[in-house]
Amino acid sequence: MSIKIDQDKCTGCGTCLESCPYEAITLENGIARVGESCVLCGICADNCEAGAIVIERARDMAGEDLQSYRGVCIFAEQGYGKMHSVSHELLGVGRRLADDLGVELSAVLLGHNVTDMADELAAYGADKIYVIDHPGLTCYSDDAYGNVLVDVIRQYRPEIFLGGATAIGRSLIPRVATMLGVGLTADCTELSIRKKDRLLLQTRPAFGGNVMATIVCPRSRPQMATVRPKVMKKGNYTPGRKAGIIPVTPSPDRVCSRVRLVNSVKEETDLVNVAEADVIVTGGRGLKNAENFALLHELARQLGGAVGATRAAVDEGWISYAHQIGQTGKTVSPKLYIACGVSGAVQHLVGMQSSEIIVAINSDPGAPIFDVATYGIVGDLFEIIPALTKRLKELSNS
Amino acid sequence: MNIVACIKQVPNSAHVRIDPETKALVREGVESIVNPYDMHALEAGLSLKEHYGGKVTVLTMGPPQAETALREALSCGADAAVLLSDRAFAGSDTWATTYILSLGIKKIGHFDLIICGKQAIDGDTAQVGPGLAERLNIPYVTYVRRIEFVENGAMRVQRLMDSGYDVLDLPLPALLTVVKEINEPRLPSLKAKIRAKNQQIPVYGAKELGADEKKIGLAGSFTEVTEIFAPKWDRKRLIIEGPVEEQVEALLKNIKQIRY
Ligand SMILES: Cc1cc2nc3c(=O)[nH]c(=O)nc-3n(C[C@H](O)[C@H](O)[C@H](O)COP(=O)(O)OP(=O)(O)OC[C@H]3O[C@@H](n4cnc5c(N)ncnc54)[C@H](O)[C@@H]3O)c2cc1C
Ligand SMILES: Nc1ncnc2c1ncn2[C@@H]1O[C@H](COP(=O)(O)O)[C@@H](O)[C@H]1O
Repeated sequence: MSIKIDQDKCTGCGTCLESCPYEAITLENGIARVGESCVLCGICADNCEAGAIVIERARDMAGEDLQSYRGVCIFAEQGYGKMHSVSHELLGVGRRLADDLGVELSAVLLGHNVTDMADELAAYGADKIYVIDHPGLTCYSDDAYGNVLVDVIRQYRPEIFLGGATAIGRSLIPRVATMLGVGLTADCTELSIRKKDRLLLQTRPAFGGNVMATIVCPRSRPQMATVRPKVMKKGNYTPGRKAGIIPVTPSPDRVCSRVRLVNSVKEETDLVNVAEADVIVTGGRGLKNAENFALLHELARQLGGAVGATRAAVDEGWISYAHQIGQTGKTVSPKLYIACGVSGAVQHLVGMQSSEIIVAINSDPGAPIFDVATYGIVGDLFEIIPALTKRLKELSNS
Repeated sequence: MNIVACIKQVPNSAHVRIDPETKALVREGVESIVNPYDMHALEAGLSLKEHYGGKVTVLTMGPPQAETALREALSCGADAAVLLSDRAFAGSDTWATTYILSLGIKKIGHFDLIICGKQAIDGDTAQVGPGLAERLNIPYVTYVRRIEFVENGAMRVQRLMDSGYDVLDLPLPALLTVVKEINEPRLPSLKAKIRAKNQQIPVYGAKELGADEKKIGLAGSFTEVTEIFAPKWDRKRLIIEGPVEEQVEALLKNIKQIRY
């Protein structure tokens, strides 16, 4: 067992009992005792002011010289010839990390007929781009994309490797990490370098967004993380910026897939995609029913924006999951976010708090949504929204 | 079809929070539940069994009390349950967890399909499914929102994408992770409940699984949590008061930098 209570240091204060999410700690004769249900999450040790809880760790990645890994590398996600905006964001954060470490920033671009897209990656800050342009990579597959990524990483040995926490990234990167036998931190919202040991500090929400955790992987390389879309700033765009292009030829057996794409269906929406919209009008349980969402659609149309929803509204069946914003939905960061009848549970806030301007309309002055709002309107949304839409119409007509 | 549903017992994270004063994690009234996504994984297994025949085994790795989660799954109609439990497993991150689960699955023996939830609500990582498939060297599809059919040792599924969905064919044996849209989990039946109460649940530890001690628990985990803290929001807020018309005017004045 590698969790120990230092009997001399333990004051029996009970903070660890309170803090353990797994109810694993009891007090015996005024000293903490760790029981069977402990999963060694380390939360107690972090909370123990007396420093009485020690968790022991060991071992480096088998037979590897960790110091020989150099550079920051990102997975440039694209689909149907269009770069995913998360790739620009990865280059933004990747550039910052590479500069802090004094190393190169590279990108891996996979697909078919994608070589031209390398310029875009260079413009957003990549120093070097590994391009694997192959017919076997025409459609995304966990198998082929994973195999090729693993080969590139093994050959070029970056110390940090980042992907987007998108539908594709969250499927692909765990396979890559498992094949490489390295740690992986999912869904990061903050990344930085710890100066003293050059380690990547990876911060992410856990427990449905109620808790933030910072994670390090000191014993395996590359340090791998997926990054939530719409959280990091895009890299500075400098058209014409040059980068080294390195074409890589995969061996044919690596670009095969056991899973076959039959067809790809784009969900029909009459609306702008919430993840990309500059203005989002979001409705929560305060909307009361599906019909009332028409009020939001009208306002959103007037503002040229999209309609979002809380999980409560989606669970009620008032609007489809594609509109859900938050921990278990999409992360957004529009210029303007208008939350109507939304209480502001943390699980919702983690998905929208990086919006530029947040407007909250809620009848309860104590609603937590007002804590993150730039402008708060205490009142009845059924009066305010129609009045707001009407006024906007007048303004656009005059 | 021989189906294995991987389920995890988790603290109901809706109630886990950090006290802003003491900075300690508060778990006031936090009960243990079966990870909600895993109930959908189980349901997917049960309905496949109803269509195509076979057997559903639920598998979990966790502390001894995770047995409760397995009994709940048995009450819903699972045929068998296996618990992987050992002090040495504690502290496993997703990398070590997939290793242990893969050994558990080898112990169960022949399987056609493994079904996992999209993610567990304590860690929210969504890594175990793909990692486990890789350990077992079988194909996988994540975010499955519909299983269309199983035919001639292969199946067709719909996978949720960021906008829309993909239709995919894959050969069995395979692994799926499922989203909530896939089904409505059934409630426990009285008959199954009674059967579940007395059903034998084998428990395997590191030795029985023949696990390499360097690959399990803390020693086998590469990720380390260095700090936990409460999410913080910093924003200057302005509360706009007055009658509705004035509120609207004031708001529009303030956000006029937005094009409309
Ligand atoms: C693991 C986990 C993950 C989750 N993930 C998400 C997620 O991704 N996204 C998400 O949104 N939630 C998520 N949740 C749920 C979250 O905890 C909340 O339950 C949810 O966000 C609440 O939605 P709501 O604000 O619409 O409803 P409520 O909390 O019920 O709030 C409704 C609000 O409307 C106001 N109101 C009512 N009538 C009016 C009126 N006429 N005019 C003005 N205001 C009015 C009320 O004052 C109230 O504040 C998650 C929960 C868990 C446990
Ligand atoms: N300890 C475990 N025992 C059994 N299944 C698990 C365990 N941990 C994770 N899983 C499965 O893997 C899925 C994803 O979990 P996670 O990667 O932790 O988010 C869950 O929905 C479960 O189906």
